[in-house]
Amino acid sequence: MTVTAGPAVEGADGRRTGPARAVVTGVGVVAPNGIGTAEFWAATLAARSGIGLLQRFDASAYPVCVGGEVLDFDDAALLSQRLLPQTDRMTRYALAAADWALADAGLDPAGLGEYDLGVLTAGACGGFEFGQRELQKLWGTGPERVSSYQSFAWFYAVNTGQISIRHGLRGHTSVFVSEQAGALDAAADTARLLRTGTLRAALTGGFDAPLCPWGLVVQLPGGLLSTSRDPERAYLPFDADAAGYAAGEGGALLVVEREDTALRRNAAGIYGRIAGHASTFDPRPGSGRPPALAGAIRGALREARTDPADIDVVFADALGVPDRDREEAAALAEVFGPAAVPVTAPKTLTGRLYAGGAALDMATALLSMRDSVIPPTAGTRAPAPGPGIDLVLGEPRETPVRNALVVARGAGGFNSAIVLSRYVRSPHHRAVTRPA
Amino acid sequence: MGGDAERRAVITGIGVRAPGGVGTEAFWRLLVSGRTATRTMSLIDPAPFRSRVAAEIDFDPAAEGLSPEQAATYDRATQLALAATREAVASSGLDTGRQDPARVGVSIGTAVGCTASLDQDYQRVSDFGSHWLVDHTATVAQVFDYFVPSSIGRDVAWEAGAEGPVTVISTGCTSGLDAVGYGAGLVRDGRADVVVCGATDAPISPITVACFDAIKATSANNGDPAHASRPFDRNRDGFVLGEGAAVFVIEELAAAYRRGARVYAEVRGFATRSNAYHMTGLTRHGREMAEAIRAAMRQARRDGADLDYINAHGSGTRQNDRHETAAFKRSLGRRAYEVPVSSIKSMIGHSLGAIGSLELAACALAIEYGVIPPTANYEEPDPECDLDYVPNTAREQRVDTVLSVGSGFGGFQSAAVLCRPPAKAVAP
Repeated sequence: MTVTAGPAVEGADGRRTGPARAVVTGVGVVAPNGIGTAEFWAATLAARSGIGLLQRFDASAYPVCVGGEVLDFDDAALLSQRLLPQTDRMTRYALAAADWALADAGLDPAGLGEYDLGVLTAGACGGFEFGQRELQKLWGTGPERVSSYQSFAWFYAVNTGQISIRHGLRGHTSVFVSEQAGALDAAADTARLLRTGTLRAALTGGFDAPLCPWGLVVQLPGGLLSTSRDPERAYLPFDADAAGYAAGEGGALLVVEREDTALRRNAAGIYGRIAGHASTFDPRPGSGRPPALAGAIRGALREARTDPADIDVVFADALGVPDRDREEAAALAEVFGPAAVPVTAPKTLTGRLYAGGAALDMATALLSMRDSVIPPTAGTRAPAPGPGIDLVLGEPRETPVRNALVVARGAGGFNSAIVLSRYVRSPHHRAVTRPA
Repeated sequence: MGGDAERRAVITGIGVRAPGGVGTEAFWRLLVSGRTATRTMSLIDPAPFRSRVAAEIDFDPAAEGLSPEQAATYDRATQLALAATREAVASSGLDTGRQDPARVGVSIGTAVGCTASLDQDYQRVSDFGSHWLVDHTATVAQVFDYFVPSSIGRDVAWEAGAEGPVTVISTGCTSGLDAVGYGAGLVRDGRADVVVCGATDAPISPITVACFDAIKATSANNGDPAHASRPFDRNRDGFVLGEGAAVFVIEELAAAYRRGARVYAEVRGFATRSNAYHMTGLTRHGREMAEAIRAAMRQARRDGADLDYINAHGSGTRQNDRHETAAFKRSLGRRAYEVPVSSIKSMIGHSLGAIGSLELAACALAIEYGVIPPTANYEEPDPECDLDYVPNTAREQRVDTVLSVGSGFGGFQSAAVLCRPPAKAVAP
């Protein structure tokens, strides 16, 4: 976000400085292997998986019967009776995560100006289970039975709208739809809006929850879901036995603020900052040209002014489909050199969460940075032949993480990459001190 | 921003598929005529529904150059977007084969994506709602593309040869403004040199008609479909569901002039705010839309005195029209009473996410031709809506600066400012 020079920021000591930096001060997670950041992070480091045989409905007759469900989410305890009938599962997750992320940041929206806070989420497929239920009413009974909430509970913008209402966030709001890649684009746009002064803080991230009968069925013709009936063998990215992925549900939200805003209110902690981003699109089939993923990674590094050698971990997209894994490994080898950077895919413990996946990867990368530990890739044992990558397997790898690269690819050709960097206070902010 | 390095985003190509005729010219002819393209719903059987009027396109995929396979398998929203993209690229005169594809981006808005195709798929797999555990053997091969509406962005990217940033923006009924605002931002920030942006929706499907029936948002003026969309009129009773797509080629100003492009308008200002009030309800005060208007005008470095025309959201619901009238007064003060305001939804209905881009197309053409399209079906003033709504007859007038606004379910309030492009002589 070196390209857009925003308005100069007045540092705490009164000097005018460069454009504001975007720092992450809060994280909220709902994932198949943990509800809440602490539970999720502990499960991720212990390689406890949330992928299992689907339990919410009887999937035994379908060719795919494994997925990452969020099974212990207590809707009634977390949300009001008024909200339950008007929300799909994925919106309930998003609302809980928004509460937790704001609490984690210690950010009271009322403490900022009326239009200073925004919401930028990603969504891939909308409130699909809600949609199936209303379609069943429409076709099974008649249009007069369709819920008065259907007009918004299914549509892609619902989470941004509901979060905005719940917390009174009246600034810039948006919704990015690019399958798995949208959450990185949303986070990057958030950083730009902070930098240019349009916003001072925002919630950004993504949630999806398409694990209902019809939500599973519409994913089958693509042929990318693993048909393995063994949850431990259903998602093995970069493995010689890779044969598709397991779908999951959930996601994450981050509170992102301008550095000056966070310091002025003595934010309890800063996880890291959004340093650079780029997105590209693959050439159309038949062009004979290679995919554009390496270009997105290079663009993100350039914007972050970070050398490949300074990236300490890559959170891979890791589709689990052999030729796509080879493409990703080749792009990483092209930018970083063969096996030159640790690569991991903790999403092997959750399944692919659509718009929630890259959001959760950003949260995981920030936790990795905080605790100087890289969580492992589960399941994968025997790396597939091809461009070598240093895949973190088995145990977590303890190592300082200064800069993390998160890669996300969306079906059809979307590539997005973001660099998250450890937070070091800008020199011009040294006058601000935190309470002892 | 500022100084020599400032990049400016201009519209050099326009493609439109709207009710009332194929292409940008037919669209503009309809708007200046004041005729309406609303009629009794024919794309689906209207009998079971409360609202049975719609603004439909007589769309012929074969005549549009779509293959039989594309016609059979692409959702109608995708087909409309592709047709509009082709027209936009052709009208820009841009040789996409000579552009660096990495510098070409896409930003497409849609509110409901491929819902119509999903609805049809659901009917097959559930045997018309008879079982919850739907039959996976009955689904169609392309259903994943309907499931993730990002497929529309993919198809437009392939059509335009874009390999830079590509995204779909889905912010309900402001999608068409927000996608263009985002696309213009890509050009201004230098993340792309050319952006194909706009919006599409083809929502005339049973589930979407039913969901608006359920909250009585759509007009039930079934006896008089041609006059059912009545923005700002005292007797308005809801919006008329429409469909359409509008796509623009947006380029950096200096590059556009260097290649001798026809420049329609500059996208000078864009802002969006949220009302944080209700998923479908609007306040009476319009404070957040007023703030979006002020922010967009500030970015455009224009004030109320510069405004020649306001293209209103003007959906024709009771609450919308008074909400935005209040927002215009709040943001522009006395000037709100002097600037012509009109709603083209009176003629082409409300195509949800697409309409914001269709309205921007109307704004660009108003600048180009010096004509302000009217608000059709305006007969009886509403005391709460007391501005100059350009009733029924187009007005010839030089137009240099236009404001276009939108409101969407979810609380989205967006505003964009288009301006007459600067004379070539001042371009670097």
